[in-house]
Amino acid sequence: MNVIETSGLGKRYGSAWALHECSLAIPAGHVAALVGPNGAGKTTLLNLTVGLAPPSAGSVTVLGGLAPGSPGALDGIAFVAQDMPLYKNLNAADLLHLTRSLNRSFDQKYAEGRLGELRIPLKRKAGKLSGGQQAQLALTLALARRPRLLVLDEPVAMLDPVARHDFMATVLTAAADDGVSVVLSSHVLAELERVADYLILMSHGQVQVAGETDDLLASHRVLTGPAAEAGWYAGRLCVVHARSGGAQAHLLVRTSGIGDPVPPGWEAHPVSLEELALAYLREPGTAALPGPAFSSHAEPSEVTR
Amino acid sequence: MTALTAPARPEHDASLRPVPWRRMAWVTWRQHRSALAGVAVFLGVLAVWVWRTGLGLHHAYAAATACHPASSLACGALVSRFNGMDGFLAPGWVLQAVPVLIGAFAGAPVLARELETGTFRYAWTQGFGRWRWTLAKLVLLAVVVAAAAGAFSLLLSWYYQPYFGAGNQDLGLSEASPLTGGLFDLRGVAFAAWTLAAFAIGALAGMLIRRVVPAIAATLALYAGLAVAAGMYLRQHYATPLVIRNNFPTASAQMLSRWWTRGGQPVSQSVASHVLQGAPAQVAGKGGIPQALGSVQYLNQHGFTQWISYQPASRFWPFQWIEGGWLLALSVLLVAVAVWLARRRAT
Repeated sequence: MNVIETSGLGKRYGSAWALHECSLAIPAGHVAALVGPNGAGKTTLLNLTVGLAPPSAGSVTVLGGLAPGSPGALDGIAFVAQDMPLYKNLNAADLLHLTRSLNRSFDQKYAEGRLGELRIPLKRKAGKLSGGQQAQLALTLALARRPRLLVLDEPVAMLDPVARHDFMATVLTAAADDGVSVVLSSHVLAELERVADYLILMSHGQVQVAGETDDLLASHRVLTGPAAEAGWYAGRLCVVHARSGGAQAHLLVRTSGIGDPVPPGWEAHPVSLEELALAYLREPGTAALPGPAFSSHAEPSEVTR
Repeated sequence: MTALTAPARPEHDASLRPVPWRRMAWVTWRQHRSALAGVAVFLGVLAVWVWRTGLGLHHAYAAATACHPASSLACGALVSRFNGMDGFLAPGWVLQAVPVLIGAFAGAPVLARELETGTFRYAWTQGFGRWRWTLAKLVLLAVVVAAAAGAFSLLLSWYYQPYFGAGNQDLGLSEASPLTGGLFDLRGVAFAAWTLAAFAIGALAGMLIRRVVPAIAATLALYAGLAVAAGMYLRQHYATPLVIRNNFPTASAQMLSRWWTRGGQPVSQSVASHVLQGAPAQVAGKGGIPQALGSVQYLNQHGFTQWISYQPASRFWPFQWIEGGWLLALSVLLVAVAVWLARRRAT
């Protein structure tokens, strides 16, 4: 089952396409990170999947074929929007009651237990909590609904490192213990490897890379060798991004498998997820998509500079 | 713009019973109790004021009507005391602002605040569903504020009772038409209906403008325009006016217009006034404007006919139901549009 499936999905605001020809399938059971620069269309895509906005073109389904915003989809998806919007004048206990009232299922015991662990006072107004506590409260409200899919829009952007760590630990626990699928957007690349096992890179309203992180890491590597030869390889290998520091050139290449031969005089290194993401984001024209969409061929630009 | 989302799979949705409507009662109360408390305090303070001045007014009226003989000097003093009382509340203009204040401050923020602070992203992604959420909230709040306004207008009906006494004119007491602009919409069902309409205007303005303060300002402006248009142009056409010839309707009627004819041809007021200038001093009103019955008779003798169109006081309740009816229909329409917008647009 795909928790999110889009086909030719587009969203237009005025004359500008925030999302254009976006085709994507995120399978269930993953913590999927939606990564891209600001304005790449991440929030738009998430808004479409939780039913907050209707698409301008194409289609999107969630939880294996449901229309976003339909009763089944609303019931199965918990969404925490950017900046954690909470009713600032309500206290935590009221927010639990509110969320319980608005949903078919709500695990009050879990929610109270979590807030106790986090030492978030039930009687304190949400507006008086720290940023990290507000984020945890919003996340607790979402998880207590026992969703099948948890959608988080830039959940850690505003948090300090400790709060960020704690927040992600909660998400990962829920994913591991309860089998909740998670889709989260972020423009922060750090810690991506620890958190996500599925990566979607977006830029300019389109999906650039999508796949399980293990597969992506296995199919990419960095080749280091003489800068003079880099241009020659660029035409033959599938180079995502080329960078030269003096005499040495570093080519991030996509391989068809581990067995690809390393050219003589060159060294191969495994790539980190952050490096890989950065390389693709620097080359918005490059794509690595699963299935037939794979074929759009990489034509690196920086080598010739 | 075609929303090409695939239809939901029936086997998934059929098993889902929607979250019960009644849950919204607590949600609405918890989120809007301070606004409702504000309305309650506002109406409560006004009610105390109206009640206290009303008691004085009723006492003065009772004293003036009970006085015998009516022509005595003492009775005359009581009559002027009643007539001179409370020039502030009597014309009703101050209280005209009450429905729109309730509507703007209770209605406009309901959706505007959600949209302004971003909390709609929370509220509209819960299992209850966004259009049901919007509908339940607006209907509950609308019913509550309209009921509060209805209760308050009962007090206003009591307050203004003395001005509608049938014998007032004979005793020289102030008498007003129940159809008078400032008073008609404070009584009956109109007051609650106007409050309801103000709330609905506020709710839709909030949905469209998405910011609290501009939505309140827009509500005040739109309501003022609607109320003035209804009072000045619309209400007199609820039923064909009656026309009276060479006489005046009772003081309880609402006069709409007066014109003159001579030999079947309409003549202007200035022609009539000119003729009246030749009349003896005790007939002509001041400045030659034909006011009293005497001047009408004088002009009759000179071939003029006076016509007056008016709405009789007996049409008060039919007019109340007409006004209440179209305001209710308007409110339902505005709320429906707000719900429809909440259902289809967002971010």
